[in-house]
Amino acid sequence: MYNFDVEMPSTVADAVKAMARDEAQPMSGGQTLIPTLKARLAAPSVLVSLTGIDEMKGVCMDDAGRLCIGGATTHARVAAEAAAHYPALASLAARIGDPAVRNRGTIGGSIANNDPSACYPAGALGSGATITTNKREIAADDYFQGMFETALEEGEIVTEVKFPVPTAAHYEKFLQPASRFPLVAAYVAKFGDGVRVAITGASNNGVFRWGEAEAALGANFAADAVAGLAVDATDMISDLHGTAEYRAHLIGVMTKRAVAAIS
Amino acid sequence: MPKDGGIGASSKRREDVRFLTGNGNYTDDINKRGQAHVFFLRSDVAHGVLKSVDTAAAAAMDGVVQIFTGADFEAIGGMPCGWQVTDKNGEVMQEPKHPVLAHGKVRHVGEPIAAVVADTLAQARDAAEAIVVEIDDLPAVINMKNAVKEGATKVHDDLTSNLCYDWALGAENKDAVDAAFKNAAHVTTLELVNNRLVANPMEPRVALGDYNRSDDQHTLYTTSQNPHVIRLLMGAFVLGIPEHKLRVVAPDVGGGFGTKIFHYQEEAFCTFAAKACNRPVKWTSSRSEAFISDAHGRDHVSKIELALDADNNFTALRTDTYANMGAYLSTFAPSVPTWLHGILMAGNYKTPVIYVNVKAVFTNTVPVDAYRGAGRPEATYQLERLVDKAAHELKVDPIALRRQNFITEFPYATPVAVEYDTGDYVATMDKLEEISDLAGFAARRKASEAKGKLRGFGVNCYIEACGIAPSNLVGQLGARAGLYESATVRVNATGGLVVMTGSHSHGQGHETSFAQVVAEMIGIDENMIEIVHGDTSKVPMGMGTYGSRSIAVGGSAMVRATEKIIAKAKKIASHLLEASESDIELKDGAFSVAGTDKSVAWGDVTLAAYVPHNYPLEDIEPGLEETAFYDPSNFTYPSGAYACEVELDPETGQVTIERFSAADDFGNIINPMIVTGQVHGGLAQGIGQALLENCVYDDEGQLLSASYMDYAMPRASDLPMYDVDHSCQTPCTHNPLGVKGCGEAGAIGSPPSVVNAVLDAMRSGGHDIGHIDMPVSPSRVWAAMQKS
Ligand SMILES: Cc1cc2nc3c(=O)[nH]c(=O)nc-3n(C[C@H](O)[C@H](O)[C@H](O)COP(=O)(O)OP(=O)(O)OC[C@H]3O[C@@H](n4cnc5c(N)ncnc54)[C@H](O)[C@@H]3O)c2cc1C
Repeated sequence: MYNFDVEMPSTVADAVKAMARDEAQPMSGGQTLIPTLKARLAAPSVLVSLTGIDEMKGVCMDDAGRLCIGGATTHARVAAEAAAHYPALASLAARIGDPAVRNRGTIGGSIANNDPSACYPAGALGSGATITTNKREIAADDYFQGMFETALEEGEIVTEVKFPVPTAAHYEKFLQPASRFPLVAAYVAKFGDGVRVAITGASNNGVFRWGEAEAALGANFAADAVAGLAVDATDMISDLHGTAEYRAHLIGVMTKRAVAAIS
Repeated sequence: MPKDGGIGASSKRREDVRFLTGNGNYTDDINKRGQAHVFFLRSDVAHGVLKSVDTAAAAAMDGVVQIFTGADFEAIGGMPCGWQVTDKNGEVMQEPKHPVLAHGKVRHVGEPIAAVVADTLAQARDAAEAIVVEIDDLPAVINMKNAVKEGATKVHDDLTSNLCYDWALGAENKDAVDAAFKNAAHVTTLELVNNRLVANPMEPRVALGDYNRSDDQHTLYTTSQNPHVIRLLMGAFVLGIPEHKLRVVAPDVGGGFGTKIFHYQEEAFCTFAAKACNRPVKWTSSRSEAFISDAHGRDHVSKIELALDADNNFTALRTDTYANMGAYLSTFAPSVPTWLHGILMAGNYKTPVIYVNVKAVFTNTVPVDAYRGAGRPEATYQLERLVDKAAHELKVDPIALRRQNFITEFPYATPVAVEYDTGDYVATMDKLEEISDLAGFAARRKASEAKGKLRGFGVNCYIEACGIAPSNLVGQLGARAGLYESATVRVNATGGLVVMTGSHSHGQGHETSFAQVVAEMIGIDENMIEIVHGDTSKVPMGMGTYGSRSIAVGGSAMVRATEKIIAKAKKIASHLLEASESDIELKDGAFSVAGTDKSVAWGDVTLAAYVPHNYPLEDIEPGLEETAFYDPSNFTYPSGAYACEVELDPETGQVTIERFSAADDFGNIINPMIVTGQVHGGLAQGIGQALLENCVYDDEGQLLSASYMDYAMPRASDLPMYDVDHSCQTPCTHNPLGVKGCGEAGAIGSPPSVVNAVLDAMRSGGHDIGHIDMPVSPSRVWAAMQKS
């Protein structure tokens, strides 16, 4: 680690102010950022900690019936407090990493980072969530822009994520044996007006919606409906743990199983 | 009735109290006044000419004490290799120089180029970043078969090629082997890879060098399995420090698995720098450094063939193995694929003629050396996969084929240079069939199939050679060390005693099991016995712990020393009891005169030894302290039969281990609970190799599995509850305790049955693929099933 200053704001406004300092970077749970700092792969001069900002923490339902999660809310808290409102999302949170990771890591950190194998991006995109920052609201469809790429601008902070609650949903993940991140995972959400399917872990372009499956499931919400669909392996990740073809194959299996778990 | 103490009791591990309450004393817990820290700048390229290392800017940075490069070590010896293999033509192996810090060339990612000593670790690391290194990249030599081709880039320019040696065992049988293959009714051939592994002990390596100007004494605190070996190798061959001026301490060590046997550059560096800087110098490996600097394990590519006659008797075996040495020869690397591997190729079978050929190859990778089992897992895996494949080709039951070919008479001289003293392979197989509930498998398979899963059952046998080893024999085979063990038993005046053993415990529980043996012999409470190890200034010259040798060799030394103690104590007792020495009996901690009620307690005798008022001073010296060195006359040969039962998800290729059963014959057992624990740990590592672990380099020599994000360690959730049995006991005939050693069996015996089970499951789903390499990852299983 290189030396850095730490700011501990207690409001979003102060955090935004602190972010104006030269080479400032926000830090939430530190579960991604601290290993990066330890490996000396990042050298911010100021770390702006978001974990002391109460207005960025918590889980509640808004008037529009959306589940609203503060950007600095830990996975463990979402697992516990969202269960009654949106069980599929709570279950996603409950299966991230291990207890230590869940007690530190936050939803804001996860979707700001947009790791191509992370869980929350699938939950947010699959639910059609809205990402609220200190500046604006961004639809999930516009927010996730590729591997580690988001619509966030320099210094912009994710303050809240609002999830429309589907009539039913399920997150099915296949673990990468070493990291236990998803090798491939599918988030399937069934709404009154259609089905959304988001896939993580598989693509070189990060989380994405699987349009063919959405259409097929929209017409017939049954595991069989996706059985015949093939995914093109061209843009899929190929590494030690699975070839592009294998990942493409798992997309179908995970989606089918998610649907089966719902119906 | 289970005993509550002594030999055969499941005494609780006394050392666990300190380990589990955070009171262990590990090397990193030791800090010396004024200590400086070293950071090693390591090569990030696999192969290249080291043009220049400019340390000027770095040396001027805050806190920097001194910066060392390869040039500072030119006048100093390199890292020695402890075993010289002679090849099949009678030539000695090619042995490259192994510098403490890279000189002239870098030869693997992770090789230390410079060492920065500074007040703090952060300062050392900052300064290391300011060192300017110029390297002209060379093509990396990674693939072993390419490495030995004509004209291949050489890892070491001063060697004739990348071939370290081309070794053979059973050369005298080669013609007979070839003839048997010509006349065979059936030949089974198998090509396989034994995947490279990273040992990953929980505690990373640490070295702390200290130098005392007043008496010119060097001390090295280090995470070692064998401090005396380090003292000898480092003192004599690297730094030129006489042994009486060098103390090596290996305190609590958090796991070794072989990778802490070897003498490493960081140890030599810290010892050297402590004197050069006149300050204690400490290095603690990070986990990332461990991946690129701890010796790796396994990494064999083999072709193996079995000839059978028309009645399915094995008539000959032939193997051809490429063994990766990495860039340099780690301390015992040459012995692993040869004398710890070739001599096991007979396995549990009476194959009359065997020919083993092993080519050891230099590559631009981290050196490879012994890892739990060392050579024996590689032998077992080849043989037990091959026998299984033969059974399926011949459409006979794999267990029946094994039983038919078992060695049943002991002692048995194999065609590969060793003589098994005892064993009962039929008994362990019978026991295995019972504990694995083979009879219930068909029903369990049905139940799995009803859930859309495939289920497979795989077995294997194993034999291993441990209790390493007779010194005169290993000397002939190229060892540059003796492999005896030592113990001193120091009895105190009030009857308590200390055993100073040359064995080293890094998780095995010696403090408990060794005490049990002495307690049994004397008839005193285990708590009166302290076991001391790991400090060359306290214990007699010992060879340390590896090769499942501690109880078989170290325990035997301790028995011999205790026998001497008892013999002397009897003399003292006979004096005190005014009886003839031959009438004195020792039982339950008291000496009595046979056939009388006259007796004297152990504590009275020990007191007399140190307060010799009424004592036969004219016949014996006062005091009660004895040392013994024990050199075994043979290896010991634990054996057993293992069964694995897997469930396979045909849609994803995911394999889960549903049952694992191990029936072992370890001879006599000192502490059944500790033995069970050793088997459990070994099985976890064997299953880890079979299902999960894989150390992979790309063509440029970059390590792809360089952290836990990509290197999959087995976790509790990957493993079933094991069924472990060690009631089959054929005691070793040549050591006083009749023990065989149990530390490596689990890791040696488990991989083949896992793979055999996976293949069985795949066959049951109509996919007869013949072989699949480890680790049997979901991706590989799925891909194999697509093709068949
Ligand atoms: C062992 C381990 C296992 C894991 N397993 C999983 C898993 O299975 N699935 C999974 O999805 N994840 C997994 N993770 C990642 C984990 O979920 C992290 O918590 C998450 O990726 C980052 O969240 P954080 O709060 O720790 O962010 P930090 O590490 O603090 O920050 C991550 C990045 O986001 C930025 N940032 C943080 N908060 C904000 C914000 N509010 N607004 C804008 N930018 C912000 C930071 O500047 C940084 O660049 C694992 C992590 C570990 C260490």
